[in-house]
This record gives sequence, structure tokens and C-alpha cells, in this order.
Amino acid sequence: MSRTFLGMPATAPRGVGHLRGDEPFPAAARRALADPQLRRNLGHATTTIRAKSGAVIAELPDWQQLRAAGSAIKADVLARLPELLEQLELAVTAAGGTVHWAADAVEANRIVTELVAATGSDRVIKVKSMATQEIGLNEALEAAGITSVETDLAELIVQLGDDRPSHILVPAIHRNRAEIREIFLRAMPGVDPALTDDPAALAAAARRYLRETFLSTPVAVSGANFAVAETGTLAVVESEGNGRMCLTLPETLITVMGVEKVVPTWQDLEVFLQLLPRASTGERMNPYTSMWTGVTPGDGPQAVHLVLLDNGRSAVLADEVGRQALHCIRCSACLNVCPVYERTGGHAYGSVYPGPIGAVLSPQLTGVADNASLPYASTLCGACYDACPVKINIPELLVHLRDRAPHPRAEAAAMAAAAYVMDHPALYTAAQRAARLSRLAGRRGRGLPPPLSGWTASRDLPEPPPRTFRQWWAQR
Amino acid sequence: MSQREEVLARLRAARGAAPAAPAAVPRDYRRAGAEADLDLLVHRLTDYRATVHRCTDDAVAEVVDAVLGGRRIVVPPGLPRRWLPATVTAVTDDALGTDQIAALDGVVTAAALAVAETGTIVLDGAPDQGRRVITLLPDVHVCVLRAEQVVAGLPDAVARLDPRRPLTWISGPSATSDIELNRVEGVHGPRNLHVVLLPPGTAR
Amino acid sequence: MRVALFVTCLADTMFPAAATATVRLLERLGHEVVFPEAQTCCGQMHVNTGYLGDALPLVRRHVRTFAPYDVVVAPSGSCVGSVRHQHAMVARRAGDERLAGQAEEVAARTYELSEFLVDVLGVTDVGAYFPHRVTYHPTCHSLRVLRVGDRPLRLLRQVRGLELVELPQAEQCCGFGGTFAVKNADTSTAMLADKLRHVLSTGADVCTAGDSSCLMHIGGGLSRLRTGVRTVHLAEILAATEETGAVAAAGRTGART
Repeated sequence: MSRTFLGMPATAPRGVGHLRGDEPFPAAARRALADPQLRRNLGHATTTIRAKSGAVIAELPDWQQLRAAGSAIKADVLARLPELLEQLELAVTAAGGTVHWAADAVEANRIVTELVAATGSDRVIKVKSMATQEIGLNEALEAAGITSVETDLAELIVQLGDDRPSHILVPAIHRNRAEIREIFLRAMPGVDPALTDDPAALAAAARRYLRETFLSTPVAVSGANFAVAETGTLAVVESEGNGRMCLTLPETLITVMGVEKVVPTWQDLEVFLQLLPRASTGERMNPYTSMWTGVTPGDGPQAVHLVLLDNGRSAVLADEVGRQALHCIRCSACLNVCPVYERTGGHAYGSVYPGPIGAVLSPQLTGVADNASLPYASTLCGACYDACPVKINIPELLVHLRDRAPHPRAEAAAMAAAAYVMDHPALYTAAQRAARLSRLAGRRGRGLPPPLSGWTASRDLPEPPPRTFRQWWAQR
Repeated sequence: MSQREEVLARLRAARGAAPAAPAAVPRDYRRAGAEADLDLLVHRLTDYRATVHRCTDDAVAEVVDAVLGGRRIVVPPGLPRRWLPATVTAVTDDALGTDQIAALDGVVTAAALAVAETGTIVLDGAPDQGRRVITLLPDVHVCVLRAEQVVAGLPDAVARLDPRRPLTWISGPSATSDIELNRVEGVHGPRNLHVVLLPPGTAR
Repeated sequence: MRVALFVTCLADTMFPAAATATVRLLERLGHEVVFPEAQTCCGQMHVNTGYLGDALPLVRRHVRTFAPYDVVVAPSGSCVGSVRHQHAMVARRAGDERLAGQAEEVAARTYELSEFLVDVLGVTDVGAYFPHRVTYHPTCHSLRVLRVGDRPLRLLRQVRGLELVELPQAEQCCGFGGTFAVKNADTSTAMLADKLRHVLSTGADVCTAGDSSCLMHIGGGLSRLRTGVRTVHLAEILAATEETGAVAAAGRTGART
């Protein structure tokens, strides 16, 4: 979508943020597949998390009922989104917070930059947040002379390694402990040169490195996992305590949140706090969850801001089939079970939202033409749908988006011709015969012409049978 | 058009005609009301590397002595002083600076409640728990819990808590799964979590 | 029972052995099989590649062709999945509510072979004989779209002479995915490589499944690597008896190089 009209649903603008890749998925995947270390790291990590998550989900006798409730709450949210956001705004404001609205990444970056600049600080500490990655906030702050320090361990690994995140939950999933040690030794100021690759030692190094920064930085930027419309309560779910540091120590807290993260009632959290950790890190409960409602005098940040972000979400909402992608609670279970993600990793998807959810969310946020290869980055095996804690029917969405994606002309012509032939049995029978003859004629060749050569590059084709089933049936 | 009006107009146009009322959500999952299982809580806490001490109220000071004896600690203003042994130097949080708190070795607090099924304790900033920062910077957190504060599951906890208070849900010591998706304890929060569980009938 | 065979275009054209086996099996069990000749393709390839409009006439044809029959059986989890979960959707997208309703009625009477045998006929021992070491790949659409569960395994366990060996990480996709295998050939190959590794680790001499499409993919890989392991459709195993010469005949899966 190149033009936007005032007050009409719009996709995320080009030229800002990280929703579009530089190349189509198959090309990027091809490179990733050739990296044996990456393959090994991904295989190990996804296998580990699948086992952990499966075990803690099996502990709950009512997992399916929780999924159904979570899905229904999210559908209700989308049906009442404008009203719930207004309710949230009222509640946050009443509790002493300030609410800002951003139609797109450019606006959100401007708002945050101005808020930080107003504090006089040239540094912010950040809790891992998909929304701020999506809009490219770090780059925008840097352009304004403000340093962002990512405090989540995986984000820190990515930032120190001058790398890109490849997973929603564990952005450095593509790195193993030995690689992380090397990154720390190379890029972490003041690191102990005797650092080992023991994960506990690596975590301790991050603790030492960030402690002073936590204590001395007056502004933090966070995302939010949930925002409760009726109370104005925001929630951040985390593990390490870096979230608590950012949400507790600074004077000013700026939270950037996609509009779909709002939930109607406080009670709704009893559903999502059960779904998210078990589907995400495979824990009964993540180590730390922080909840705050506006400002608490004398405890924590005394200037609390909430930036509500559209950036293409209205365009997703406008698609009655596609909007269920906005149910997503960013648990990344679909990545961990996806056979495609497990082999290619997240970078191949181009967007900050990789894996199955990324394949249906990114093209909708940007307009499908800007991420046209992503809906095809799936075998439609359905593992993602089974794993999704809020029951997003990702295979259905993939097919829906494939229908809306721009189609190569030759393919479209072939598909139309095939449909025509298959709707005319006489032509169909003739085509079966012709296919057999051409296969027999070509049997001395090494395979098929492009694009079908993709098949014969690694697999043999079956011998054409002596006769088709319908010939057998006619003759019996 | 302001950004606010723009976003709301877009969302209204995208959503279409407004529904009349909130949708009915099927809540046939396990609701609040089941009896809390203290042994389950102990198992869950231990499983996530918290240390559990079960004792009577008059033995709390001994536990604190065993964990933090000889160290300097911070305590919230409303903490029962009987829980503190003479062997610790207790600094009451009276708007202490973060550097002062960061220099202390440990913290002793009470809790708002605990969830047995997930092994979670929740702090809500009451006078016996204090500001969020005091349970964040010291490396050892001793949390004293009365049996009556233990609830069965998440729905019980949500029903009991007041969302207007700052809430911190704690399930084990600080940890990360960021290295090869294995859980490793000990990053930025307290690396040592001790939960002291008092028997039913203990007075406040 | 009078059963209409939904042969699927792939079995009709490339893997007739799976279809003839389905006919022989059902007839052996005492049922009448009819073949509505107006059938061609259910349109799944069009739907899954993003051509819902082109799929519409195929859906209409399928519904028209099978509407007169009380029971429709196909030797494919994937094609039955398309009938059950895609046909009405394609019709509704085109605004044809009447067709959507008819499609739902046909879908409700359409069964994948193992579903039909176990759920409708109530049999697990179909009198088959297949003296081979066999591993079973539960294709994604049988597993997660139709939820056939352990029905194929229950059928296989009753086959005389058959040694069933468990396939490691069986529930992982083989990487076929229709046009995925061509559009994302490299990723598809990487998935296939793991599937082949697991198949070979079982020591089975036959890999079976309920879908000719996935078997074409796995079989194409097994053949390319000259593994000496072949793919045989579930229907062929269940149709095999002492009399039909199961040892040599079942599953002509010879592949060209």
C-alpha cells in the first residue's frame, strides 16, 4: 500500500523498522541451510524447548480449555479494540501515567525520542520488546545521539555481536555457548579474559557488565505483554531480572505497545499467565512478572508513559480472516515446533517476526506484496496451529495470504490451465496420457526443467505406471 | 487529525460495526477455589532452585541467621522484627538510595501470597514487603510466607491481588533460558531465593 | 456397503497401485466399490498454492460428482483433508453458500481409508499378509488435519508377517508440502534428509504412509540415495494376502534416475 488515507486502515510504512527482508525467503533460507553450526544450534535448542514445553503443558488438565478461553478473549479484544484502548487510556491516565498514540513507526520513534530527550539523558536501558524492534527504535534513538542498551541477555548477545535477532523469545538462539563466549570476549568492555563458556559464567558476566548501567541510567524503554483496560495495569513477563531493573530503577519509564496487547479485564490475566510461560519458555511460571498501574508514589518510576502503536495493525484488523494473527502473545511456540524454522532459523524470514507467526503477521503488517515469499515458507504441516496457545489457525492464514499474494505470471497461467484441464475429464485423460509419454520420452534425461528441477535436484521421480487407475478400472 | 484520532479512526474503520457488548468467554478451565497444597508449593519452589525452610514463627530468626548471619541486609519498614536475629545488621528501607541498597547483601520480606501449582510468590508492596527495589538489588532474598497465604492456582491469585498495587511475581531465583534454551539460574535479580513457610494458624 | 472411490488425481495418474489396492481391499471385505468417472482433482494444489478462484470449478465438480453417494473413501489423508476443511471455505469465499452447504454434506460422508476401516466398518484385522519390516510415517494431514491418530498403526499391527518398527520423530513433516518442495526446494530437501535418516535408522525395508504424495517425496529420496528401502502405500499393505504374492508384488515403486 503506497498511499494512506486519513482515518483508513494502513500498512506499516517502508523505510523504517524491521518488517521487510532484503531478499525472498528461499534465497535467504538457502544460505542459512548451508551453515552447519547454525543448523546444529537450532536443532538442539528447538528440540530442548519442545520437550520442556510439552512436559509442563501435560501437567495441566485444562490446557485446551485455557487455549479456548485465550482465543475467545483475544477475539473479543479485536471486536472491541477502539473502545478498550480508550478505556485503557482513561485508567492509565487516572493512575498518573501518560498515554501517547502512534499511527506508525515514524511517529512512535519521534514520540519516544522526544520523551527521552526531555529527560536530558543520552542513554536508555531497554527490556526486550518486539514492538521497539519492529519500529527500529534503537536506530532512531542513535540518530538523535541517544544510546540504547539492550539488557536482555540474548539481546545483549545480538547487540554486542552486531547481529540480528532470529527468534521472538531467544533472539540469539542461533548462537551456542562457545560463540557467545567469543562475542563477550571481543565486545564486552571489562570482561574477564578467563571467561569460560559455562552458561552460568556467561550469565554472571552479563550481570557484572550491566549492573552499573542499571544503577545509573534514568530512563528505560520497555514493551508490554499485556495491558488491562479496566485497571490500566501493564505487565512484563521475563526471566532474568533485567526487566525488573528497567521497570523499577529509572525515573522515567516509556512503554511501547502494539494496540492488540490490550485485554479487557484483570481476570483475563489468569488465563494468559498460564498460557504464556508454558508455551514460551516451557516453565510453569517465568521467574519474574512485573505489573504496574500508572505511578506508585515513592516506588519505581515517577514518570510513566505508554505509547500505543498501530504501524499496520489496523490493516491486519481490516481483514476478517487475517486478523486472528493479532491474537499472538509472542510466545514463539510456533517457531519451536516449525520444521522450516528449525532448519532455516529466523534471519531467513527478513522481518523481526520470524517463523510461522511471522509468515502470516509480517505480510499483513506490510502489505503482502512486500513480503510475498513468506506465506509460502511453510509445508502447511499444521504443527504451529496445534502448538499455538491462543489457537491461531496459521495454516488457514497462510493459504489465505497465498491467495492474496502477487503470483508469478507463468505460474498463474499454468494453474489456470491445470484447473481448466481438470474440469474437463476428456482433456484430463488426454493430459494423463501425454504426461506419461513425455516422461517416458524424457527418461534418459537427468530431470525436469526449472522450476521443477528443484524436485529432481535431490529426489528421483517415480516411474510412470504402465496404465492409470482409470484405464485399469475401464479394463477390469 | 491528532495521532490519537487517527489511530482510533483507523481501528474503527478496520473493525467495522461495533458489537453491543463484551463477548462471552468460555471459562471452563479450573477456576479459583481449590484447596492449596503446601507440599506441592514446596516441590515447585525446590524444582526451580529456591530453598524452602518449613518452621514455626519463632524459628524464623534462626533461618535468617543460617542464611544471612553476619551480613548486612535491608528490611521493609513493616517487617516483624522478631524474624531478625541479632547476627544480622538490618537497615530499614527509609527511602534509601539505590547505591546503598545495592551495597547490601540480602533482604528479608513477607509476601502477599504464593501460588502452589506454579511455585510463585507475589509481592505487592505492602509495608512488610516494601518497595520493589529492595528485593531486586541484594543477592539473597529471604521471603517469609504464612500457610494461609498459599493459594492453589493462578485464578486464586488473580482474584486475591489488587492490581492497583505494584506487583512482582517471583518464581525461583533470577534465571535465563537464553543460552541454548537451557535454564540457568543467576542473572540480574537475586541469585538466591529462600522461602520460609510457616504452618497453618500462625498469627500475623 | 456401496462405496464411491475418490481415487485422487495423484493416485490415478502416478500411483494406481494404491488405488487398485483400495478397490481390492474393500471388495475383499465384501463391499461394492464404484468409481464415479467424472472425478478429476479435488483442487487442493490450487488452494494450497493460493489460487482459490481457480479451485472453485474443481470443488464444484467434486461436489457434483460425489453428491449421489452415501460413502466416499480415498486412499489419501491430504485429499480428504482438503475436502473436509477447504471445499466449503473455497465456496464461501466465492459467495456460493449453496455449494458450501453441499460441500459440507459430501465432506461429512468422505473418509480416509484407515478412518473408514476402523470407524465405519469397525475392523482392524483385514486379513492381510505382508512379511516385511515396516515403519509408518504419519503424514501431517492425516495426523493434524484429519486426526487419524493410531488407526493406521492398529491396522498394521494386525497384518500377518509384518514387523512394525517405530519411526523416530515420526510427527515431523517430510518436507513435501506440495509446491513447497519446488518453491523452497532447499528447505524441503533439508527436511527430507532428516526424514530419510530416521527411516533408515529403523532398519525397515518398507516405509508406509496413507498419502501417495508424501511417499513420492520420501520414496524419491530413498531411491536417489540407492538405499534399497522402498515406499508402499498403506492400502497396498492392507490389500496384500498370501494369494496375491505380497512378497514381490506390493508397491511397484521403482524410480527413475
